[in-house]
Amino acid sequence: VDARKLQPQAGASHASGPQGQSIREAAAKSDKVPSDAGTPAQAVRDAAFYLRIFDELREIVGPRGLITSREELHTYECDGLTNFRVLPRAVLLPKSTEQVQKIVRVCHREKIPFVARGAGTGLSGGALPVENGVVISLARMNRILEVDFANARAVVEPGVINLDVTARVASQEYFYAPDPSSQSVCSIGGNVAENSGGAHCLKYGFTTTHVLGLEVVLADGSLVHLGGKTLDAPGYDLMGVFVGSEGTLGIATKIILRIVKRPECVQTLLAAFPSTNEAGAAVSDTIAAGMLPAAIEMMDNLAIQAAEAAVHANYPDCGALLLVELDGPMAEVAALMAHVDEICRKNGAWEIRVAQSDAERALVWKGRKAAFAAMGRISPNYIVQDGVIPRTELPNVMREIGRLSREAGLRVANVFHAGDGNLHPLVLYDRRIAGQEEAAEGLSGKILELCIAAGGSITGEHGVGEDKKKMMSKMYSEPDLETMQRVRCAFDPLQLSNPSKVFPRPRLCGEKPGEYVAHPVETAGIAERY
Amino acid sequence: MDASVSAKANLSSTFEADVREIVTAKYVRTTAASDAVCGVLASLVVEPGTEQELAKVLKLANTAGLAVIPRGGGTKLEWGNAPARADVILSMARLNRVLEHAWADLTVSVEAGCTIGNLQETLAKHGQRLALDALWAERATVGGVLSTNDSGAMRLRFGSLRDLVIGVTVALADGTVASSGGRVVKNVAGYDLPKLITGAMGTLGLITRAFFRLHPVPRYTRTVSCVTGSVREAQELMLGIQNSKLAHSGLQICCDGETRTRVDTLFEGTEEGCTAQTVQMKFMMSEATLGDAGSEVWNAREEICSVGAQDGEGNFAVAKICLLPAQIADGVDRIREFAAERVRWRVVFEATGIGWMRLDGTSAEIPAALIPLREWVEERGGSVVILRRALGMSEMDAWGASRDGLELMRAVKRQFDPMGTLNRGRFVGGI
Repeated sequence: VDARKLQPQAGASHASGPQGQSIREAAAKSDKVPSDAGTPAQAVRDAAFYLRIFDELREIVGPRGLITSREELHTYECDGLTNFRVLPRAVLLPKSTEQVQKIVRVCHREKIPFVARGAGTGLSGGALPVENGVVISLARMNRILEVDFANARAVVEPGVINLDVTARVASQEYFYAPDPSSQSVCSIGGNVAENSGGAHCLKYGFTTTHVLGLEVVLADGSLVHLGGKTLDAPGYDLMGVFVGSEGTLGIATKIILRIVKRPECVQTLLAAFPSTNEAGAAVSDTIAAGMLPAAIEMMDNLAIQAAEAAVHANYPDCGALLLVELDGPMAEVAALMAHVDEICRKNGAWEIRVAQSDAERALVWKGRKAAFAAMGRISPNYIVQDGVIPRTELPNVMREIGRLSREAGLRVANVFHAGDGNLHPLVLYDRRIAGQEEAAEGLSGKILELCIAAGGSITGEHGVGEDKKKMMSKMYSEPDLETMQRVRCAFDPLQLSNPSKVFPRPRLCGEKPGEYVAHPVETAGIAERY
Repeated sequence: MDASVSAKANLSSTFEADVREIVTAKYVRTTAASDAVCGVLASLVVEPGTEQELAKVLKLANTAGLAVIPRGGGTKLEWGNAPARADVILSMARLNRVLEHAWADLTVSVEAGCTIGNLQETLAKHGQRLALDALWAERATVGGVLSTNDSGAMRLRFGSLRDLVIGVTVALADGTVASSGGRVVKNVAGYDLPKLITGAMGTLGLITRAFFRLHPVPRYTRTVSCVTGSVREAQELMLGIQNSKLAHSGLQICCDGETRTRVDTLFEGTEEGCTAQTVQMKFMMSEATLGDAGSEVWNAREEICSVGAQDGEGNFAVAKICLLPAQIADGVDRIREFAAERVRWRVVFEATGIGWMRLDGTSAEIPAALIPLREWVEERGGSVVILRRALGMSEMDAWGASRDGLELMRAVKRQFDPMGTLNRGRFVGGI
């Protein structure tokens, strides 16, 4: 059995269609292996060294908690972003915080880098192993430890699946708000690492909004508690920095979550527009009218076609589709829905439907949530991009994406969280055609540059990971990045916890922090800082 | 008091001359008695006019080994421990512009010295607001409110500053000026430094500007108040509202041991929505007295935290208490118990579990009530932070017992401000 086929790839970013992965993999193995140059303590070590370490680790996690065979290790060589692959030395499956601490202490003593892994659905290579490192999978730490309805809190282990939290609290009509598309398979620990979003963060916020406290194993194996069940614990908001740090500051072993009462009423409206321009104008008018819908999603024609082909959501065939969800008290939703309807018509919507039942609403969302995977129906290969722009830039950025798409001779399908300006352009290509893959990657990169130029971000919810660390220098100046690295040095001076991710270059923490000295490109006037 | 004399000795004449060179002599002055912070007087007040000037002055002070106190509107300077040392007050008064209100994107970028009042006024022109009920908004500045993480009852619906700030620019002690986050609401590129800086009491760097996400000014608001027989009854009502499908923006319990306990609920939205929810609330109350109230009930927190006209030379302390929502009634019982009819007390608890308490009494009585209360709260995982000290409380730490994250916090401080230039000694564990 090819272990790779067993691997969960729910989110499937750089996904393959039915054509297989062989060429891509060959490329990946030859030149896509990320370089760890500069990571400290990469001394040459012989096989005997690792055998000795494995024995010690086996003592901690038991024989079934340690994976070292090559075939099994392949399952862990990448996450949802499959074009980067690195084989770890070993994979550990601890069952408790104590086991995680013991493993990390061994890593710290021997200066072995480690990468924490949840469900492996990440789309930026955040859980990509590092060479000569180990992977610490939190999959077996999957208990919901406590649910406190009176205070609307739940305490969970990192391996708990996102949707399972909602399932556990649904009886009292509560839910866990962050809803990434992969929520039926992704883990809370991974959500914490990536600060995952979802379709409803426009109103409900991100993972960081819903995490109140963390138990964290630091890179030296010590245990700290950040935040807590009560709010505003005195001291720095280290929890706020930890959420979204992509595994570079330590491993969360316990997470206190906020749960939310289900709204009295939810209504979902579907509106068909001639193009994304009109749909975009309707979004702006809705926001300008003082409404904060639970979600506003947009799909362009190509995305609609793909979703239809995949799940038959019964979407109208149009230039752009807007999905607006309002929730809250019945009277409030009714009043606002009438207003949204009016705004859509005024902006040229030629068909408007409001889902009449939970089943209809579920179908509407099914099409949207399946949109990424549905691309396989209309293209052999595709790249999922994740960028953010100020909402008002949407018409300009769409026009530019169209231009770049024509220039490259490649189709781009667009799916947006339109309310918060989070774009997910999908660049379609066929890797069997020479040069298309490179062209697709080039186009995908240019789209991110558009986002930066528009005053936006290179990632709204998928993270930087391995994939976008080079783009960080385009979004942030050197002093910005240096300042972030100071946090890293405080948490993990040896840089053992998921090293070589997020930042374009490692910073040696032994260096005394001092005022930043201008980089040659700055003095040359290419970049600027204050 | 000779604090100013000893502090003055730390400043070399070259430092002063260099500062004048940077900001011009007009914006450098020696301190007056009113510039003292918790009884500690710095030597100089410097008012930089630009971010670059500010960074230069900061770097100069850092190199000279001086201690710097950042100052916005000066409304919450007494929060935290007394500074271990103070040489220079860096005033943000001149960095006070609203840089860009991108109303169509519901974001704003603003300089740290801008008052919340001025900011809200600018935003209101386009029917928007920063969804924050800060203390003393007319004088409190963006930087000060961020650094002290000050928020009120509306936090229940909109989150606190950590949820509203989407980007900051910070000047570090060594003169580095760094930005993190940006003008978009959704962004996971790099570490979330805006959250780290929020509530850091100015000990990691000086916030020079910030980006916020905004909310529309509601079309209609309505406050409903309900008088209850006991605090426990008030808590049950509050938890009942929290567990209902009402979409309220604020919810608080006010009590003082003398008058009757009151529960206030704030609704915002359409008139239809607010009216329907008020009707729904009436079904939830049985014997309680329910009535429409004015928006002034939401001033309760500010009244507790302010020196009122009636106080005169009155001796009082103010503390922020963080408990779980379902612990509020127990907490109030303990306050009553420890106040023991000697100390007058008054408290407003928000439905988030955060309470604002005022104790009036003698220098001996107030600590005698606060110390066992803090112990009780900390045993339950909460915290009691002293915001204003009464006489006789100078020895009491503002932040309370340290937790296992303290070493890590110290490491962060060392990375950002290794010389201890910024607000030395004011934060947790002597940071």
